[in-house]
Amino acid sequence: MALLQITEPGETSASHGHRLAAGIDLGTTNSLVATVRSGLAETLPDNNDQHILPSIVHYPADGRPVVGTAALDIATQDPLNTIASVKRLMGRGLADVNTTAKQLPYKFTDSDSGMPRICTCNGEVSPVEVSAEILKSLKFRAEEALGGELSGVVITVPAYFDDAQRQATKDAAYLAGLKVLRLLNEPTAAAIAYGLDQGNEGIHVVYDLGGGTFDISILRLSHGVFEVMSTAGDSALGGDDLDRAIATWIMQQADISDDADHKQIRRLLRDARKAKEVLTDSETVMLNIEMNDGGIWQGEFSREQFNDIVDPIIKKTLLPCRRALRDAGISTDEIQDIVMVGGSTRVLRVRELVSEFFKHELMTEIDPDKVVAIGAAVQANILAGNKSDDEMLLLDVIPLSLGIETMGGLTEKIIPRNTTIPAAKAQEFTTHKDGQTAMSVHVVQGERELVSDNRSLAHFELRGIPSMVAGAARIKVTYQVDADGLLEVTAREQTTGVESHVQVKPSYGLSDSEIENMLKDSMEHAKDDVGARSLREQQVDADRLIESVTSALAADGKQLLDEVERDQIDIAISQLRSLRDGDDHRAIKQGISRLDKLTANFAARRMDSSIRKALKGRTLDEISD
Amino acid sequence: MQTDTTQNYFELFGIPVGFEVNADDLRDRYRELQRAMHPDKFASASERERRLSVQLTANINEAFQTLLDPLKRTRYLLELNGVEINTQETTKDTEFLMEQMELRESLEEARHSDDPQAAVMGLMQNVESRLRDMTVKLTALFADINETSLQAAANLYRMMQFIDKLRREAEDLEDELAMAVDD
Repeated sequence: MALLQITEPGETSASHGHRLAAGIDLGTTNSLVATVRSGLAETLPDNNDQHILPSIVHYPADGRPVVGTAALDIATQDPLNTIASVKRLMGRGLADVNTTAKQLPYKFTDSDSGMPRICTCNGEVSPVEVSAEILKSLKFRAEEALGGELSGVVITVPAYFDDAQRQATKDAAYLAGLKVLRLLNEPTAAAIAYGLDQGNEGIHVVYDLGGGTFDISILRLSHGVFEVMSTAGDSALGGDDLDRAIATWIMQQADISDDADHKQIRRLLRDARKAKEVLTDSETVMLNIEMNDGGIWQGEFSREQFNDIVDPIIKKTLLPCRRALRDAGISTDEIQDIVMVGGSTRVLRVRELVSEFFKHELMTEIDPDKVVAIGAAVQANILAGNKSDDEMLLLDVIPLSLGIETMGGLTEKIIPRNTTIPAAKAQEFTTHKDGQTAMSVHVVQGERELVSDNRSLAHFELRGIPSMVAGAARIKVTYQVDADGLLEVTAREQTTGVESHVQVKPSYGLSDSEIENMLKDSMEHAKDDVGARSLREQQVDADRLIESVTSALAADGKQLLDEVERDQIDIAISQLRSLRDGDDHRAIKQGISRLDKLTANFAARRMDSSIRKALKGRTLDEISD
Repeated sequence: MQTDTTQNYFELFGIPVGFEVNADDLRDRYRELQRAMHPDKFASASERERRLSVQLTANINEAFQTLLDPLKRTRYLLELNGVEINTQETTKDTEFLMEQMELRESLEEARHSDDPQAAVMGLMQNVESRLRDMTVKLTALFADINETSLQAAANLYRMMQFIDKLRREAEDLEDELAMAVDD
């Protein structure tokens, strides 16, 4: 029998080698942070016992930004300087923002990188910076509650987020001073939270309708491995659209003109949302609409009217559901259960239509607002290394196909959607003109034939191709997607080995120097110092490397290294240890790179031996059978 | 500093080279390889080990998808035997060309028929049964490899490619019809 461990109340478990980790649900309307304490995943409240942090940031004329409920209270009075639903703007260009987010009241300007900036009375801010404020607030909350610095976080993103949106989220975390262990897809997080990892084998559907995004994911659990079979969705469809449709209806009924001012629109959206919530329990609701002339318009709003208004929006979610079933290659009768996630799944009509479509009962036990953060906390705890090796494993997919532009503005898919990640694929291309010495690579994401209908992720050039006749050069373009769903592209001319490589920085993303500058700005605010942060970062990296090499040596050092190699590594470790205690961040960086190079062969040998071990037990089993 | 990627996909999974693959067995082996190598297992490892793990699992994923899918497996087996498939080149088999035309037409007719959903479903069943026939033939061809059997397998591959594409188009049409009914 295992002995129960008892810890002192309030004692941080950091002393037992437990790493502090948290899961963050960075939502369109609300955000949450959760952690695993004493084996239990729970969301963390603020000082007023509120678990939900409204994803709203207010920029006052002077002073620091205000985040959450306090900002929400100011929203109706000062809509232009109070940023809500910023998630809709992440990884988007100015042109997208002007079309998809035209209902937003903010003034936008363009920046050099193509990323839109929002004008506030405290200067221009990018969507990434606004998100970083929300993340900082959650980081502060978690570190207060846990009594120590977070070693890493898992941040959830809609499964249907593209590369640019994921990169923007990661940039925001970096600005907020958070180490991202993994970007996790929201439906997958929900599935984990439902304890579907507790041996509930079979096929599970997660229907996630949040404030601004819709995702559908189909997962298969078997033998402790959670495999995402397919995912589909719409990254610009959510509960906000229901509110807006209702607000439009009210405007028609109450004869409010289309060019109502921002304050009135905010009020209408608030009233629409309230009516939506009331209609979950009642058949009718009485609307009392404050008019600009100070009068009140009254009207009755029935559930039937409500259903007529929202049905077309909810039905928009059913086509992705069909597509996901199709891509997974399953029919509805193979489904074990359907998990409902996101505040908008509280709407009865959503539940009715979804249940009807899948011909299935729905699972709604866990608070749909908290379920994603809880799942993220469970995964963060595993990734931080607080759990044993036989834990469940998660295999996720990319939501949208990744391709390249070919002649005539057509898209050639290189990695198709719903491919399990990590993924890598290479394809060969050639030159189409005699003597062509450069080739431009245009990386796109999406399902359509024409490049112009898909999302442009990045452009880069391979130069220095030797002059040959058209069609003679062989250029191999490799796409590699990591476990966060982020893409890296390499182009290489095969005969000469000329190579060009990009970590895809989305067309509408922030450049590294922009991030550095933002960091500097925020440091100035915080009266912190950039040098101190660099030193701290290098020290953390050094500690991680020393720790991982030491444990690798303990496990495999004897078998896989000869004496000379072992001595060299030991020396490099002790050198790095002493550098780490100094204050020269550049020297630490060099020490890290030295140790890293020395252990390269060792790392490769360890990987090979793991692969062999993975299948070894099996072969023996079969022989004894 | 590369790890061993010279192994072919069959060797990586420790199964015999051939067209016949036991999907359940393949899945089991896939899970075990992923359990050992997935980046989640290296979340706190060094940068280099994390990168290696990404490369290795990407290769494992690609190998798994290739071995699992009959179309990809056929092409891979042909390549292992030195037969490169040129995607531009189409079949010269006139009988099959006629068939292709007929199938294409039946897809178009389905759209305009009185009961389009039933017509598409019938077409899908037809397509599925053709694919099953082809896999039986391929199993035999790859069991006895020589120049003639490889040539025959390459021809079958091209037909399969067409049928597979047609199936996807039929599925899209089915989606389209279903959503039109819902509205």
